[in-house]
Amino acid sequence: MEQENTQVQVIPADKAKIRKIWRVALILAVVTAVEFLIAFTVGAGAFRTWVFILLTIVKAFYIVAEFMHLGHEKKSLIWSILLPMMFVVFLIFILMYQGAALLEVLY
Amino acid sequence: MANTAVVVDESSANPWGGGVAPMKASYGKLMMWFFLLSDAFTFSALLITYGMIRYSHPAYEGAISDFAFSQEYWPIPEMVFEAVPFLHGVHAPLVFVGIMTFILILSSVTMVLAVEAGHRMDRKGVEKWMLWTIIGGITFLGCQAWEWSHFIHGADMSKNVGSNLIQGANLSINQYGPSNFAALFFFITGFHGFHVFSGVVINFIIFYQATVGILERRGHYEMVEKVGLYWHFVDLVWVFVFTFFYLV
Repeated sequence: MEQENTQVQVIPADKAKIRKIWRVALILAVVTAVEFLIAFTVGAGAFRTWVFILLTIVKAFYIVAEFMHLGHEKKSLIWSILLPMMFVVFLIFILMYQGAALLEVLY
Repeated sequence: MANTAVVVDESSANPWGGGVAPMKASYGKLMMWFFLLSDAFTFSALLITYGMIRYSHPAYEGAISDFAFSQEYWPIPEMVFEAVPFLHGVHAPLVFVGIMTFILILSSVTMVLAVEAGHRMDRKGVEKWMLWTIIGGITFLGCQAWEWSHFIHGADMSKNVGSNLIQGANLSINQYGPSNFAALFFFITGFHGFHVFSGVVINFIIFYQATVGILERRGHYEMVEKVGLYWHFVDLVWVFVFTFFYLV
């Protein structure tokens, strides 16, 4: 049913809500800047790679939980999105293992 | 049961029986989430493939200052992506891709603000923030077009392979490293770029619908929320591409 609303009531903005959005944006920007800094100050290696992965997960958390609002959804929805990602974790381990085996065979 | 009239108690009703939104999310939003989940699988597969292929090539061992492009080992990304428009010959590793990252994050922020305005039935706000989001998306695409063009035409540091002078990149050979490096670059950033492109198109359609008042007449701005989910996902993927393709 489409209603003809000639007078739409605009609810005034909630300042606290908007401030929170910008705070998340600031966190994302700062983490990216830190990643940038690490790229040029810390030598390449397993340690740096793990720091990058950790910071990426931090950023992903803020985007998914706050921007995509998943953190405020029902628990069942949160889990039905997060649990299938276990397959991805599985694929990471199995293909990294495969990559190392290929390196040994090829070189 | 079939011919008994029952007064359904909302709280005990079967959530899958219809009439109620399971998981307190509308059908459209739920399906968008599941689509994004499947898309996340696709992107994960691509990025993990990158990891595997990179891992199966020898890494460069030596000081960064002595680094030279070679088909023998995987290149260091910051030595490949070091050009910025209008600054020819200046060594500025990862600066341009950093700018692109900020542009995409900012356009994600303006998208959240559009969704927020939609919740308040603020048509002017939705229009303004959707427009900024679209501009951010187009800017990102422009940057990517420049980066692709630069990658394909090549840096000054050309490389002799056998008797052939190699400059730039194509799908079979490139000056930066093993042929898989360029192939993966085209595939992963290309697939992501296509997502950005379709996101801009979808954003524009919803922007148009908001502008002519279709969404206002509908009584809610849920479409803005749904395309917002897609747009944030595109930003999310870029966060991972940035880390695994450019930083690591």
